[in-house]
Amino acid sequence: MLQETSVKTLEKVVIRFAGDSGDGMQLAGNIFSNISAETGNEISTFPDYPAEIRAPQGSLSGVSGYQVSVGRGVYTPGDEADVLVAMNPAALKTNLRYLKKGGIIVCDGDSFTAANLRKAEYATDNPITELGIDPARVMLVPMTTLIKSALADSGTDPKAMMKSRNMLALGIICWLFDRPVEAVLRKLRAKFAKKPAVYEANAKVIRAGWDYGHNTHSSMPVYRVETAASVPGLYTDVTGNTATAWGLILASEKSGRPLFLGSYPITPATDILHELAKRKDLGVKAVQMEDEIAGVCSAIGASYAGDLAVTSTSGPGLALKSEGIGLAVMAELPLVVIDVQRGGPSTGLPTKTEQTDLMQALYGRNGEAPLCVLAATSPTDCFHMAFEAARIAMEHMTPVILLTDAFIANGSSAWRIPEAGDYPEIKPRLLTDEELAKGWRPYKRDSETMSRFWAIPGMPGAMHRLGGLEKDYETSVISTDGHNHAIMVEARRQKIRNIAVEVPPMEPMICPDADTILLGWGGTYGHLLAAATELNAQGHKVAFWQFRYINPLPANTVETLSRYKRIIVAELNTGMFADYLQMHLPGKEILRINKVEGQPFLVKEVMDGVMKHINETTC
Amino acid sequence: MKTYTAADYKNGQNARWCPGCGDHAILTVLHKAMAELGIAPHDTVVISGIGCSSRLPYYMNTYGMHTIHGRAAAVATGVKTANPALTVWQVSGDGDGLAIGGNHFIHAVRRNVDINIMIFNNKIYGLTKGQYSPTSDRGTVSKSSPYGTVEDPFIPAELCFGARGNFFARSYDTNLEVSRQVMVAAARHKGASVVEILQNCVIFNNGIHSYFTDKELRDDHTITLRQGEKMLFGKNMEKGLVQDGFGLKAVTIGEDGYTLDDVLVHDAHTKENFLHQQLAMMDGHELPIALGVIRDYDAPVYDQEVDRQTREVQKAHGFTSLRDLVLKTKETWEIK
Repeated sequence: MLQETSVKTLEKVVIRFAGDSGDGMQLAGNIFSNISAETGNEISTFPDYPAEIRAPQGSLSGVSGYQVSVGRGVYTPGDEADVLVAMNPAALKTNLRYLKKGGIIVCDGDSFTAANLRKAEYATDNPITELGIDPARVMLVPMTTLIKSALADSGTDPKAMMKSRNMLALGIICWLFDRPVEAVLRKLRAKFAKKPAVYEANAKVIRAGWDYGHNTHSSMPVYRVETAASVPGLYTDVTGNTATAWGLILASEKSGRPLFLGSYPITPATDILHELAKRKDLGVKAVQMEDEIAGVCSAIGASYAGDLAVTSTSGPGLALKSEGIGLAVMAELPLVVIDVQRGGPSTGLPTKTEQTDLMQALYGRNGEAPLCVLAATSPTDCFHMAFEAARIAMEHMTPVILLTDAFIANGSSAWRIPEAGDYPEIKPRLLTDEELAKGWRPYKRDSETMSRFWAIPGMPGAMHRLGGLEKDYETSVISTDGHNHAIMVEARRQKIRNIAVEVPPMEPMICPDADTILLGWGGTYGHLLAAATELNAQGHKVAFWQFRYINPLPANTVETLSRYKRIIVAELNTGMFADYLQMHLPGKEILRINKVEGQPFLVKEVMDGVMKHINETTC
Repeated sequence: MKTYTAADYKNGQNARWCPGCGDHAILTVLHKAMAELGIAPHDTVVISGIGCSSRLPYYMNTYGMHTIHGRAAAVATGVKTANPALTVWQVSGDGDGLAIGGNHFIHAVRRNVDINIMIFNNKIYGLTKGQYSPTSDRGTVSKSSPYGTVEDPFIPAELCFGARGNFFARSYDTNLEVSRQVMVAAARHKGASVVEILQNCVIFNNGIHSYFTDKELRDDHTITLRQGEKMLFGKNMEKGLVQDGFGLKAVTIGEDGYTLDDVLVHDAHTKENFLHQQLAMMDGHELPIALGVIRDYDAPVYDQEVDRQTREVQKAHGFTSLRDLVLKTKETWEIK
């Protein structure tokens, strides 16, 4: 039986909105997470959408989901939902498995039509009993009926009415989580500033939803979610892809080099192109080229001409760009390559997440072609690491590959807008007149970093030719001499190794002096942190560290990891980073937790994996 | 304004092409054309792909990059879009430019980015030692087609027009005068310019163009087109091109009732490209092969349009920085 009406206080709560692609689930989820963030909650969101743009309405394949977690200690969008909002029988069927045992379902009862039940392949006319759901945990809301009565006198046409079902659901969720309707209305007023009639209609529907919850389901528990202590400042919400684009823009501002993007549409990276194309208003040149190869090659041309040059892609595109990236390695030009990883190989799972491009990023080129590889850990960290990628590229004259993934690229979280002094000036290695006068040559290196100088066309006296052919270490002209080649190979390697001086050291967290350390890299940060935190709370001592600098690794990596008796790497592939670490720690056994299902880890999976290793291995 | 000589564009490196290779002559002419244009070596960028001709940037005292096979047009597009103030040349062979680089070629032309694309067409792969190329005639016997090719070639001009090209010119390696003229015209044209230079590979395809380049044949098998002038050719300019239904016909003035008045006058500047294409498709067999500037039409230029739109949007939106943009366009909240 349901609990009596009460206000339950929760640390964090997970809500999953599920419906057809056109049902506006993402908007409803977004508004809810934003009004929560305003009250000081941490937020994390996860859109889970099909590869098809518009699968048939009401069908199982057409369901898309949007999961949000709000509260305190929110590192992930949550393993399981406390509340599932299902807009039709298909959404209920496909998303039930994400609901926590004992969780609440909010469902549109008006959508349980014979046609929809058939499309969702139900055998009976009662989905609730057919799926074995306890009816007491279901709010079967006649959404269409409620909307019709709320908007009876408004003159809204029936089609537009149906589009506001997401707002009715949002109204109910606001009631359920004790959120003031006013906060939502403020958002909508801004969104529909130029369409007051649309705003009015939506406002009525939201109120109708809130009232419905309040009046008819007084026996459902109302939740109050705890507020987290955040760093003071101005916040907004960003997705990982937007944050990536913005990090590059800030790097352009901090370096004085104009920003150029050469790109080609590819899921799930295209939003970076979209955002930078809009940012012509900040002077960005975002060029959609004819293919992935032209994307990287135009960026190489722009880099030669003196721009902060970027190309954005996903795994298949990175494969196509390999030869171009090799040219940038050889020409020693700054270049930022963003790879938003997705499920592979080949076309694979275009809309799903994986960490399977690590080896491609590290080694996917012909010849000895070392470069810097970075990985972002969260939607907001995409901003920071995009800035870092650009900084390293321009200060060390090298291509940098930044690995993000579908999970953090599409997910969003609250982002503190950086203040003026938060990020350093970037100092590109531009050729100066002084250096030119000292007998400059194109491949003359700075003895400290081993980087060459960036001589930009238009500068008198510095005309030079770069290219893919090997050059003489001393004279910078073409050379096929074997001994010289060996020297140049080593110089290019050393240049990348030297970046380690600037890489923050690894500092194991939570319980650093444990015998066991859980390691990860990139976008699994939230799940791994949550797992390590929970394990320690349960009395299992586990240290934790998430790598963001993959090549070079933090300088103290080997020394630090040598202290641990059990090293466990959890990653969304079959063990690429574990293998990479193994090369650096030949004497240590690297234990593994792996998943390749196109979905992020569940915190529970990581905890179970760690416990399994702890129980199976003796120290 | 500073004036330049051909020597200002040479860098003293000895060109390592085979003795007798047509590329030597083209390089010499390019140095002269650049001097005539008077654009400073430090404002000039020469981008190439891979192949014999693509070694050319190493013999220039300009900025330049010897890139990867087929991608010169894409790299050049990046250079020019990043900095439209630079004069950008692309040097590619028929393999580099039209086989592996075919996609970039058509899109650079379509996009109308202001680069000067020079295709050195010798109808063979030289650097890999003699395989047929996408411009090799049907039946060409080569190391990779020992029994003759069974595929039709691209005609670079036709591909250029198919990609909606606005500038096309042609010369051959030993015709120094026309080569210089078309290079200068290509550089002065705003937008993508395609210059086909028919080049002789002495080692792997020697004499492929000699049916119209040989001294005794060139008068009757070539026609040099000049803006506003009658389309005349022959040793004593006694022949001309006339309209013949939907096609062109070569006639002798004074024979079969044809007078000078019947001979067409060249106009490279028309928007319609039908006649330009007819002229460019003449292959030197039945009709003389056309040299000089065949089409030169002004259309919106990509890199300038990017700049213009950027300036306009910047002005209209008026954001001063990323922070300014975020604060003005995004919902924000303060945590104290």
